[in-house]
Amino acid sequence: MTPAITHIWLYLADKPLVWLLLTLAVYAGARRIFVASRGFPLLNPLLVSVAVIAGVLLSTGTSYGTYFHGAKYVAFWLGPATIALAVPLVGQLNVLRTRLLPVTAALVAGSLTAIGSAYTIGWALGLGPEALVSILPKSITTPIAMGVSKEIGGSASLTAVFVVITGVLGAVIGAPILTALGIRDSAARGFALGTAAHGIGTARAFEEHETAGAFSGLAMGLNGVFTALALPFMIWVAGG
Amino acid sequence: MITALVILLTLQLTGTVLSRVTGLPVPGPVIGLVALFILLSVRSTIPANLSQTSQTLVDNLTLFFVPAGVGIVNHLKVLENNGGAIIVTLIASSALTITVTGMTFAGVSRLMNRL
Repeated sequence: MTPAITHIWLYLADKPLVWLLLTLAVYAGARRIFVASRGFPLLNPLLVSVAVIAGVLLSTGTSYGTYFHGAKYVAFWLGPATIALAVPLVGQLNVLRTRLLPVTAALVAGSLTAIGSAYTIGWALGLGPEALVSILPKSITTPIAMGVSKEIGGSASLTAVFVVITGVLGAVIGAPILTALGIRDSAARGFALGTAAHGIGTARAFEEHETAGAFSGLAMGLNGVFTALALPFMIWVAGG
Repeated sequence: MITALVILLTLQLTGTVLSRVTGLPVPGPVIGLVALFILLSVRSTIPANLSQTSQTLVDNLTLFFVPAGVGIVNHLKVLENNGGAIIVTLIASSALTITVTGMTFAGVSRLMNRL
């Protein structure tokens, strides 16, 4: 870089503007690519945005703290957006009433399986304490998962990465597993996808059937809230 | 939009205060989510501006977790050292979760139809 450009860069790199702009611009671009690819799972906008921005930070030698000076203006809206999830959830209240029993049973069984199997398998494979705690909320929607992770002593950013990988995996392997099990009921298929793979599973369920999508969205919301309430309690009981 | 943001931020503030005061291990926004869900389910309609603003926020949910996701740059070592174990754990746990959830939902539905 010429001295003048270096000078401007050093000035800008220290201000929020560049990092806020980078976050918004990369996300907008990643979303376009995802839509253009008709929802190809590996082009998930979060996965692409994080990869591109992390690449920029690493190649320019920028610390995460400096980046967060700008990115915090985006990160703040996670809280209000989590609360806003109540609105689409209430919209499905009538559907929920007709299938209350299967919904409740599948929610409890699925949520505990997600947490318990992640702990058992991760522990058996020798994951360290930080990774093991951070992997427990992997099946729920990111804003809730990150809050829960912090609450139980995990790393929110590590959890965010686990959540996205889980979503992509669930969207890819979910439908073939359900078909192999002979489960044809759209409500059951959608509920399983949403419980295991949150929003990414829900997007996949909507491609399959509208009822599957609605039940998947419901499962995502319910599992998010159920895990947020149950997981810290389980850790507390376990004496963590 | 501003009225809707006042409602959402008030719920977040209430949730955060409740979380702190009671020592409940649940994040403030999750308490806010449950509170809004209860408030809206006892009302017959959802206010249009709240519905619109919420839709915009939920549609762009992915954007709001980009900053936290980028935090991965501080954890590259964990992924380097545990990459294989992490992927195997995520695949096996996801397959189990999908199987148990789908079979429970379908099984209980079948039982109810028989009764």
